[in-house]
Amino acid sequence: MAQLQTELNPAQRPKKKTVLTRFFGQWDLQLMVIPALLLIFVFSYIPMYGVITAFQDYNIFKGITGSPFVGWKHFERFFNDPNFTRVMRNTLVISGLKLAVGFPAPILLALLLNEVRNRFFKRIVQTVSYLPHFLSWVIVSGLAISILSTENGSLNMLLQSLNLIDEPLSWLSMPEYFWTILVTTGVWKEIGFGSIVYLAAIAGVDPSLYEAASMDGASRFKQIFLVTLPSIMPVVVIFFILAVGNLLSAGFEDILLLGKDPILRNVSDVLDTYVYRMGIESQRFSYATAVGLFKAIISVGLLTLANLFARRSGNSLW
Amino acid sequence: MKIRMSSGDRVLTAFVYLFLALLALSTFYPFWNALVVSLNKGMDTALGGVTVWPRSFTLENYEIVFQDKRIIHAFGVSVLRTIIGTASAILCTAIFAYGMTRSELMGRKFYMVACLITMYFSGGLIPSFLLIRELGLFDSFWVFIIPSLISVWNMIVFRTFFLGLPAGLDESAKIDGCGYWGTFFRIVLPLSGPVIATLSLFTAVAHWNDWFMPSIYINNENLIPIQTKLQQILNSNIMTEQMQQLDSAAQARLSAMKSITSKSLSMATMMVATLPIIMVYPFVQRYFVKGVLVGSVKG
Repeated sequence: MAQLQTELNPAQRPKKKTVLTRFFGQWDLQLMVIPALLLIFVFSYIPMYGVITAFQDYNIFKGITGSPFVGWKHFERFFNDPNFTRVMRNTLVISGLKLAVGFPAPILLALLLNEVRNRFFKRIVQTVSYLPHFLSWVIVSGLAISILSTENGSLNMLLQSLNLIDEPLSWLSMPEYFWTILVTTGVWKEIGFGSIVYLAAIAGVDPSLYEAASMDGASRFKQIFLVTLPSIMPVVVIFFILAVGNLLSAGFEDILLLGKDPILRNVSDVLDTYVYRMGIESQRFSYATAVGLFKAIISVGLLTLANLFARRSGNSLW
Repeated sequence: MKIRMSSGDRVLTAFVYLFLALLALSTFYPFWNALVVSLNKGMDTALGGVTVWPRSFTLENYEIVFQDKRIIHAFGVSVLRTIIGTASAILCTAIFAYGMTRSELMGRKFYMVACLITMYFSGGLIPSFLLIRELGLFDSFWVFIIPSLISVWNMIVFRTFFLGLPAGLDESAKIDGCGYWGTFFRIVLPLSGPVIATLSLFTAVAHWNDWFMPSIYINNENLIPIQTKLQQILNSNIMTEQMQQLDSAAQARLSAMKSITSKSLSMATMMVATLPIIMVYPFVQRYFVKGVLVGSVKG
């Protein structure tokens, strides 16, 4: 086939136009893509080039072109900063907890929804549980703050009526509960929406597999583990690889909004919020860029590593 | 055929229904409670015990919110930003995607790779921040529109959809004398209703919900959208601080109405900021399920 084409092509185009004339000949088509590519260049590629500020002492007035280079200074500062261990610990612990709880939760929900035969009930649960995904973190954090508040906070009222606590507690000012609150709100917001993909994967499972399994005497409980889960495993693995690639993204908006109390700094400071605090609030642009670059490099490494493991098991991203 | 359930299956079913009912309830309750608190007298709420029904019903929290020019203005900024931002982004991305479907486009492979790279690497927060600043987009309405005009992800979804359209359509349009632009606007765009609806929904939600970008790029009070405004109100727990976020007329009324507290006011503002999403949500549900699946098939 390829051979045929090479033989035919010269005959079809007897006059060989230069690249430039061909390019201008399709100017109307090029006009569809070039403005968009320019925007991508400006808003994606220029910031990529901008990471060199990490190796400079960036000065607002001199800009990237005029600021002096200082090598690895900012990286060294970050590694020797007392915040480094704290920020790294919080990042890894929070995203580890989110991965351990937030990753399986939508899979569990999809499996449970799949067992529901009552269509009306299923629809209600889906409608309600998808909704929080569409709300901003400002609103979700506002709801969480209200539920956890000492002033008519539902959690405090519930625990008091059960006689588990005597006085309303200010949950969002207690470092020991912050991680739990963060993981719970995260799951609350995304469990429903995350289950859509898995539900679709479950819908694609060959029904004859279930018939065969029930012929062999497998209960519905057993069918979940013997048929459904193995069938959706490829999808699960792909999403797991992506989640591992994001291991250094412990969350940003949620931590910023729920961890406002300075008393929480010790447990709430993660790489992304640290970049924000150093860069935007303290205007230490070069230092913050260095921290961000450090994070980006480790993330790409993690993604590659996770993919390597997944390829061994036969399901990989690329 | 009726399938008989074993006793183990019956336990499983009971557990499934119970668990899901609890989940739905725990998702729904915080909204309902916030709505109830926003409709209850603030001083009465402060006594505690307000859960599923207002104890001392009032609309005064909403009166303050709706009479406050700054909150209404912020709401208007959000509406404007969402409409202009979504319409322009969807149109520009669709044109771009259509161009990228044409095999005769010179440099198509190179363009595609240039797009895909941006999905894996980005400069990060600070370089983008410095760029926006150098472009003079600080304190400008255009900072909401221009940087999000082209989305590579949406381009790929559009492109996949366009490639699925019958090839004969393009050819017949060409024979009838349509250029690329004519074909796009007269043939391709009218056939793309479902994908436009899905992507518009997600783009509009992102615009409506964005509070972080304005919080770092906008100082001008007149350009603050409702989500950022809400964040400022929620952030200031103390009533006097909160009052500074309101206009002077609202402050005067607030001091006259002694029964309003910072919590009741926050909840009312929150309900106003959530309302547009809750109102369109039931109508667009079928689109977003499709949208997620389009995305996941590609991913």
